[in-house]
Amino acid sequence: MALDFEELLRFVDTVLAGNEGDHFTTLGIRLEYVERHRVGMSMPYSDTLIGDPDTGVIHGGAITALLDTCCGFAAATVLDDLAMTPTIDLRIDYMRAATPGQTVYADAEVYRVTESVIFARALAHHGDRETPIASAVGNFFSMELALFADMRREFRAEQKLKKSGQKSRGSDNE
Amino acid sequence: MNDFELHQLISRVPYAQTLGIQVGSESDCFLLPTKKSNIGNPTLPALHGGAIAGFMELSAMMYVLRHSNSEKIPKVVDFAVDYVRAGKYVTTHSRCKLVYLGRRMINVSISAWQEDEVAPIAMARAQFLVKE
Repeated sequence: MALDFEELLRFVDTVLAGNEGDHFTTLGIRLEYVERHRVGMSMPYSDTLIGDPDTGVIHGGAITALLDTCCGFAAATVLDDLAMTPTIDLRIDYMRAATPGQTVYADAEVYRVTESVIFARALAHHGDRETPIASAVGNFFSMELALFADMRREFRAEQKLKKSGQKSRGSDNE
Repeated sequence: MNDFELHQLISRVPYAQTLGIQVGSESDCFLLPTKKSNIGNPTLPALHGGAIAGFMELSAMMYVLRHSNSEKIPKVVDFAVDYVRAGKYVTTHSRCKLVYLGRRMINVSISAWQEDEVAPIAMARAQFLVKE
């Protein structure tokens, strides 16, 4: 079975923005793009992420969370169906402090896929990949797709409901 | 830095407030009480791996401050984490260990656990650069 990228895009969007008040919305992570092997995300500057009150520089932990999330969803793009890929391990190298006030972008790519492990790496920057803030390399677990059958069923049912809701609202206007 | 100064610093660091990190009773321990904004998977529910990593990184940073005379927030050069168990939605603890204390570099290892310290949910290490 081939992965439906439009559906994956909606799925990632739902995970990132669907649960107000969770860690994704707290960090403000947004999806930029999804394609096979690659995912881009962004995290706007926020006072709540400051790690050094004297400089206003955001904490490395927020960048770690962004890179983990971005690599994790890049890993999910190589699967045959919607599923999660838990992080096995992750290493972050901080090359320079993030600039206060600026959005952090993350670009992740998968560079090797095996039966059980998906290898990914990512870069965090302010729009110029040549001056990275941090780089990450992480390994992700490719689990049996059957384990996520309930998650897929639930997500698809919600999507169907959303679609029919939009349709009926549309007909009300006619 | 003594515990009073550390408490004061935590209250001044917005990211520490966002996660909700607290200073533990033992000098090498920190804790992360449950907080909705640290959830990554609402169905299980489970903590976000990034929140766990952020907590461990922040623990290491606070630990360095707690055990040094410097008041400046140490610069993290790199951080690596191994996740071994899912982080349940319960209080998470961390314990830090000073592996190396040099003039320029400080290496700290961190373990995070929930119900039982012998069954950690993640292990990490952090390298810090200190500048006079």
